[in-house]
Amino acid sequence: MDAASAAETLNKDHLMGIGNARKRKEDPRFIQGKGRYIDDIKLPDMLFAKMVRSPHGHARIKSINTQKALGLPGVHAVLTANDLKPLKLHWMPTLAGDVQAVLADEKVCFMGQEVAMVVADDRYIAADAADLVEVEYEELPVIVDPHKALLPDAPVIREDLAGKSEGAHGKRTHHNHIFTWEVGDREAADRVFGQAAVTVKETMTYQRVHPSPLETCGCVASFDKVKGELTVYLTSQAPHVVRTVVAMLSGIPESSVHVISPDIGGGFGNKVGVYPGYVVAIVASIVLGRPVKWVEERIENLSTTAFARDYHMTGELAADRNGRIKALRVHVLADHGAFDACADPSKWPAGFFSICTGSYDIPAAYARVDGIYTNKAPGGVAYRCSFRVTEASYVIERMVDVLAQKLDLDKAEVRLRNFIRPEQFPYRSSLGWEYDSGNYPAALQKVLTAVDYSGLRREQAEKRARGELMGIGLSTFTEVVGAGPRKTCDILGIAMFDSCEIRIHPTGAAIARFGTKSQGQAHETTYAQILATEIGIPSDVIQIEEGDTDTAPYGLGTYGSRSTPTGGAAAALAGRKIREKARKIAAHLLEVSAEDLEWQGDRFQVKGVPDQAKTMKEIAWAAYNNLPEGMEPGLEAVEYYDPPNLTFPFGAYLCVVDIDRHTGEPKVRRFYALDDCGTRINPMVIEGQIHGGLAEAFAVAMGQELVYDDSGTLQGASFMDYFVPTAVETPYWETDYTVTPSPHHPIGAKGVAESPHVGGVSAFSNAVIDAFAHLGVTHLSMPYTPWRLWQKIHDLGLDKRSG
Amino acid sequence: MIPASFEYHRARTIDEALELLAKYGEDAKILAGGQSLLPMMKLRLASPGHLVDISEVAQLKELREADGLIRIGAAATETALLHSALLRGKCPLIGEAAAQIGDPQIRNRGTLGGNLAHGDPGNDHPSVMIALGASVIARGPAGERRLPMDGFYRGLYDTQLEPLELLTEIQVPTPPARSGAAYLKLKRKIGDFATAASAVQLSLGEGDTCARIGIALTNVAPMPLRLSGAEALLAGKRITAELIEQAAQIATGACDAADDFHGPSEYRAQMAGEMTRRALAGALERARRD
Repeated sequence: MDAASAAETLNKDHLMGIGNARKRKEDPRFIQGKGRYIDDIKLPDMLFAKMVRSPHGHARIKSINTQKALGLPGVHAVLTANDLKPLKLHWMPTLAGDVQAVLADEKVCFMGQEVAMVVADDRYIAADAADLVEVEYEELPVIVDPHKALLPDAPVIREDLAGKSEGAHGKRTHHNHIFTWEVGDREAADRVFGQAAVTVKETMTYQRVHPSPLETCGCVASFDKVKGELTVYLTSQAPHVVRTVVAMLSGIPESSVHVISPDIGGGFGNKVGVYPGYVVAIVASIVLGRPVKWVEERIENLSTTAFARDYHMTGELAADRNGRIKALRVHVLADHGAFDACADPSKWPAGFFSICTGSYDIPAAYARVDGIYTNKAPGGVAYRCSFRVTEASYVIERMVDVLAQKLDLDKAEVRLRNFIRPEQFPYRSSLGWEYDSGNYPAALQKVLTAVDYSGLRREQAEKRARGELMGIGLSTFTEVVGAGPRKTCDILGIAMFDSCEIRIHPTGAAIARFGTKSQGQAHETTYAQILATEIGIPSDVIQIEEGDTDTAPYGLGTYGSRSTPTGGAAAALAGRKIREKARKIAAHLLEVSAEDLEWQGDRFQVKGVPDQAKTMKEIAWAAYNNLPEGMEPGLEAVEYYDPPNLTFPFGAYLCVVDIDRHTGEPKVRRFYALDDCGTRINPMVIEGQIHGGLAEAFAVAMGQELVYDDSGTLQGASFMDYFVPTAVETPYWETDYTVTPSPHHPIGAKGVAESPHVGGVSAFSNAVIDAFAHLGVTHLSMPYTPWRLWQKIHDLGLDKRSG
Repeated sequence: MIPASFEYHRARTIDEALELLAKYGEDAKILAGGQSLLPMMKLRLASPGHLVDISEVAQLKELREADGLIRIGAAATETALLHSALLRGKCPLIGEAAAQIGDPQIRNRGTLGGNLAHGDPGNDHPSVMIALGASVIARGPAGERRLPMDGFYRGLYDTQLEPLELLTEIQVPTPPARSGAAYLKLKRKIGDFATAASAVQLSLGEGDTCARIGIALTNVAPMPLRLSGAEALLAGKRITAELIEQAAQIATGACDAADDFHGPSEYRAQMAGEMTRRALAGALERARRD
C-alpha cells in the first residue's frame, strides 16, 4: 500500500473522517422516537397557551371581551395588545427592518393574525377558552393581489406607517409599497436590449408556498422570578440571535436569558424568524411566573408563520442569433404580506436575488425588486434555499429555455454556449458576485451522456408525431450560499460569522460545540467527520452539541446552506489550532523540535522515523499531565470564522416527464441530478439531502400553493389540501456528482442541502413546459396540477380521440 | 385541533349501542373508525356530547357469504376488506376500492359502515355499493330495515338513516361467473379524496353480451351518482369501444361537481367520463377473463 492510499484508509476507515459514508449519529434516537422536541419539554407547573386569531383578512377591531374566557375555570390569563402596551411589546421589530404587531393593535391585516393569547392549565381548557374570547370586527376591503395593491385607491393596509415615505430600504412610493431594490447597470442593459438581434420576455409567477416542516413552531418559556432568569426552549434555526433579541426587547441581561433549541423536526426556513407566539408566551411566563408552552397547530403553521416565494417576475434576455446572451433584465413584484417579516441579511431586502444571472456569462444585467404589502400572512423566507436564490434560479433557467425556443436551438446547446467557462473562475458577475469555482460544461456533459440526451430527444420527436406529450427539462443552476462575509451580511447588526469550540478530553475523546443548529441536517455526524480528519481522532468519539446558548459559542444559525461553509470551516480551523498545540506537546514528549515532526493523519512522527511517534490519544493524555515548560494545560480551541466570500455550489439536473393527455397527470419518468458541492464530507448524508430537496422541489412544482380568495381567506391550510407528496408520488432519483472544491474554504466544501430544491423546481418546470414547446408554449404557471395541465391540453385540442 | 369535551361510551353489543343512542338521542354520534368524525370534532365542526363506540362490537365485524349474499358487518375495517379472501375471490371490486382509500393507518381504523353512513360524496364505497346493487341493514327502535344503496343518499351528509338507527350490515349480491369490475379513481396523492372516480361492476351473458351492469360515480355531485342511462345503454349488448365512449359522455353529462382545489367543475366532469371509460374497459377485460 502506498503512502497516499494508507492515509486515505486511515482517514476514511479508521477515523471515519471526511469522505466516509458513516451512518447518521442522530438516527438511532430519531427512528426510535427518542428525539426531544419542543412538545416533549414538560416543566413542573407548566401552563398552555392558545392563540386567538383573526377570521378576517382585513378588519378593524372594535372590541375584545375576555370576560367569559377568564371566567372559565383553569384559565390564568387572556393577553391582548392592551396588556402588552405598557411593556412596549405590542409591536416588535422584524428581521427586514419593519415592525410587526405581536398582538393586533386596533386592526388585523391578514387572516390568522394574532389577536389574543389564552393561558390555561391544559390544552383543552385553553382551546375552550379561546372560543370564548369575543372579538368584534368591522371588515375592511381586502387586497391579496400585489398588482392591485399598488393601485392609487387601494386600501391602506399599514395605517401605522402613515406618512412614512422612507422605509428600512429607501423610499416608499405608495402606501402599500415597502421598498425598491435595484442592482446592476440599468442603462448598460437597456443599451444592449436596444441593439440586440433577438430579445425574449416572459412573465412568471413563483407561487406562494410554505416550508411546512413536520414539526410546527413552538416554545416553552419559563421565567424564574426568584433568580430573574428566563429560559426559553424554542424551535429556532438561530437560537443565539433569538437570545440577543429577547434580551434587547425584555431588558433582561443577555446572561440571564437562556435560549435552547432542542431537536428540531425540520425547518426549511420556517424556523428562522421570531414569531408573536414566542413573544407572548414569554410575556405570559414573566407575568404569571410559571412555564408557558405554546405550540402551533398545523393550520396555524401553514397560515401564519413564514411562507416562501410569492414573486411575480418578468424576465427578459437579449442575445445574438447564435443564442449568445448579451443582457438580462428582471423585474419582480414581491408580495411580502401584511408585515415585512422576510428573513434576509439586513442589507438585502430581496436576499441574494441578484444571483439571477445564474451559471451564464452575461455581460450586462439589471434587476429590480419592489416589495409590496398585501392582506396575507407575513414572511418571505428562504424555503430550502439561500435567500431568494430559488426565485432567481427559476427566472434565469426558464428564460434560457424561452430563448432556446425562440431561436429554435436545443436547450442544452444554448446552455453550453453561455456557461461561464472553467478558466474564468474566480468570476465576477455583472450583478456583483465573485463566483468561487465551477465547471459547468463538464457537469452538463456528464449528465447528457448518462441519460443519452440525443436518444431522449429522438424519442420525444417520435412521441410528438404521435400526439403524445413528453418533456425534457434541464436545469444548470448555480447557488450562492454560506453568508457572511461580515462586511456585507448581518442580521440585526450582528455579523454573519459562525463558530466552533472544541475540547479534547484526557482520553482522546472530544466535545465540540457550534453556533449553528441542525434541524435534520446531521451536523452531529458531519462536523465530527471534519474534526476527525483535522485532529486525527475517530469521529465516533467526538460529541457535537448545538442549540444551547449557555454552552455553545455564538453563531448565526443554520439556514441558507451556511453550516458547512461557515461552521464547517470553523471546525476545520479550530481542529488545526488543536493540531498546532499537539505538535508542540508531541515535540516535548519525543524530545525533538516541533519542526522535526510530520503529521501522519492521527499522530506526529519524527520525520523519517515511523517508530518515533505520538498519537493524538497519547498527546491528549499528556495535555493534562506532561506539558512543555510554560504551556497551559488542556487541549482546547475556539474559532470564529468570518468567511472571505460565499460559496457557489452548482449542478446539472435533467427531468423527463410524460403527461397523460386525457387526465393531465404528469408522470416523472426519470430524474437525473448531478451536484457539485466541492469536497464531499459524507456521501450518504449528501445523497439524503439531495433526495429530500428534490422531493420538496417536486412538491412545489407539482402541487404546493397557498391560495387566498378575494376575501383574504386562505384556501386549504391543512395537509388534506396542501400538497405534501408521499413516497408513492415522489419520483425515483438518480444522483451523480463532480467535485470542484471551493478555493477559499479550508476544506474546499460548499453547501449542498438546498441545491436540489433550487435546481429541482426549474428542472420540473422546464420539463413540463418542454412537453408543450413544439406547440408554441413558452411558459406555464406552477403548480402543475393535473387540472391545470389538462386545461392547457384541452385548449390546444390535444385530448381529442381519433376515430 | 382540540375537540370540545364529550362523553365516551363503548358499546359491547348492537343492542347496547342502540340503547345508548336512544338514551342520548341527537346529542350522540356513532363512533366507528373515527376517520371522518374525529377530524370534524377537532375542527369543532361537530361537537357531539356523547360518542358511542361500536368498533369493538364483534357482530359488526363479521364477513361471510350466505344465500347468494356477501354480508359485511358495518364495523369491518378497510384493512379487513382488503385482506378478505372471500372478497378477493368473489367480489374484488370492494377490495380494489378499499386499497385506494387513505393510507394504511386510515384503513386500519376506517370502516365500511362509516364510509357509507357518513354521506360524504368524497367517500369511495357508496358508488362501489351502488354499482354492486348492494343494500344496507339499519336497526333502530322500530326494528330492522333493508335499504338499497341506490336511493340511500338524500343529499350532502344526508342519508335514509333515522337518528336512532344504526347501520349494522352491508349485503352485496354475489356476482355470478364471468363478472368483471373496476374502480378508477383520479387523485393527486395517497390519502386524497377523488377528483373523480368511477365504479363499474358488470357480468357477461350469452355471446359476451352484457347481462348486468352497475356504474356509479364518486365525488362529482353532492351524492354518489348512479349512471342509469349508461347502464341502460350497455345492458343486453356486446360492449364496444363506441358504446364505452357514449357511456363516458353520459358520465360527463351527469356530473354536478363543485369547483375546488382538485379543479373546476368542467374538469371534474371530464375526468368522471375518463374514469368511466377506463373502468368500463377494465371491467370488460376482466369479465372476459373470469
